[in-house]
Amino acid sequence: MEAKFIEMITEVLEVEDRTIAMQDVFRDYEEWDSLAHLSLIAEIDDVYDVVIEDETFKKLSTLEALYTEIQKRTNA
Amino acid sequence: MPNISFQNIGISGMAAAVPKNTIDNYAYTEFFPAEDVKDIVNKVGIKERRFAPKGMCASDLCFAAAEQLINDLQIDKQEIDLLIFVSQTPDYRMPATAITLQHRLGLGKHVAAFDISLGCSAFVYGLSVIYGLMQSGGFRKALLLDGETRSRVYSPKDRKTAFLFGDGGVAALIEQNEKFGKSYFSLNSDGSLADLIKIDAGGYRNPSSADTFTEKVVDEYGNKRTDEHGYMNGADVFNFVLKEIPKNFKSVLAFSGNSNDSIDFNIFHQANKYMNSYLAKKLKLESSKVPSCIAQFGNTSSVSIPLTIVSQLQNELKGSKKLMLCGFGVGMSWATAQIQVEDCEISDLVEL
Repeated sequence: MEAKFIEMITEVLEVEDRTIAMQDVFRDYEEWDSLAHLSLIAEIDDVYDVVIEDETFKKLSTLEALYTEIQKRTNA
Repeated sequence: MPNISFQNIGISGMAAAVPKNTIDNYAYTEFFPAEDVKDIVNKVGIKERRFAPKGMCASDLCFAAAEQLINDLQIDKQEIDLLIFVSQTPDYRMPATAITLQHRLGLGKHVAAFDISLGCSAFVYGLSVIYGLMQSGGFRKALLLDGETRSRVYSPKDRKTAFLFGDGGVAALIEQNEKFGKSYFSLNSDGSLADLIKIDAGGYRNPSSADTFTEKVVDEYGNKRTDEHGYMNGADVFNFVLKEIPKNFKSVLAFSGNSNDSIDFNIFHQANKYMNSYLAKKLKLESSKVPSCIAQFGNTSSVSIPLTIVSQLQNELKGSKKLMLCGFGVGMSWATAQIQVEDCEISDLVEL
């Protein structure tokens, strides 16, 4: 299901010119800003029915960490 | 809370007033580089806002709107029995602003007048209180006055809030009449989220002092404000909206027995362009049924719902129309209503 996750991130952040990897620090993407943040929150809610509060979200930096957090919550 | 309903009470007319003083958001560059400002403004979709000049209060905007409404509808002032002012930027800490407005508007001493302190949910809350009191049968006409000068609440040096807020005031006339049929409300609160949008100092918990007026850098981005300024945690506010608002909207729609198809207009609190389009998409609403005034007036807190109606629907409320109103924000507090209007009179926008 990582493929689906990667696809979602690529779409939400409108990454067009490259492929992204799970080790990426998404906060360092040039596409990353406060609105990308909101779009990502909305998309995660839509796709996974998961809402990650800001305090936890702030600590996540790689796509891997974000994915793990979502998995943890969907399995709970 | 459980959904509640009222019978044969409705809004027969509305008016709004905004300050003439127009802020071009792209040119609001005193504290931030023009490039950054352009980015922010494009994202939040707020091109202009109105700022009340020094000395102009929310009550002054409401007063102007109320006078316009009273004149346009030829309302007999003696028939107004109830006046509620909803705002979090009142004239004084005491007395209640509603009472000063009773006098300024030349209303009788028989008027019941009081304030309700709520933010973005306040118009819907205020309506529900008036509908409830009107249901008792004793009140002939009621005025709901809703005004805010949020431009004074936030720090111009905090980019999280500096580009969002504007000022305005509205007046709505509420009457009893069988033509209005049934209306449906849901009112909600979550005080565990009180820290998401807040002014820390200046009340009785943290009284004003030299320290509360000292500007501080408050985060890693270098945003600056004092404890007397408001602040907002936008990401968690958005999380809150995701969790609660679509659910609440749907519950009121279901309670009324109507579907999206039979609603003429859905009017949401105007927080920012992004939030507006998110809600419309999530609730599968046609964009033509979701009017917006965010680009023109910014986020005017509780005023945003009625200001959207006055500025965008002036010629659209002829005949019988069903409206969904949905306000959410500081508290956190949120409220949804479905109301019916019949040939609702909308005055021309007043500029003060």
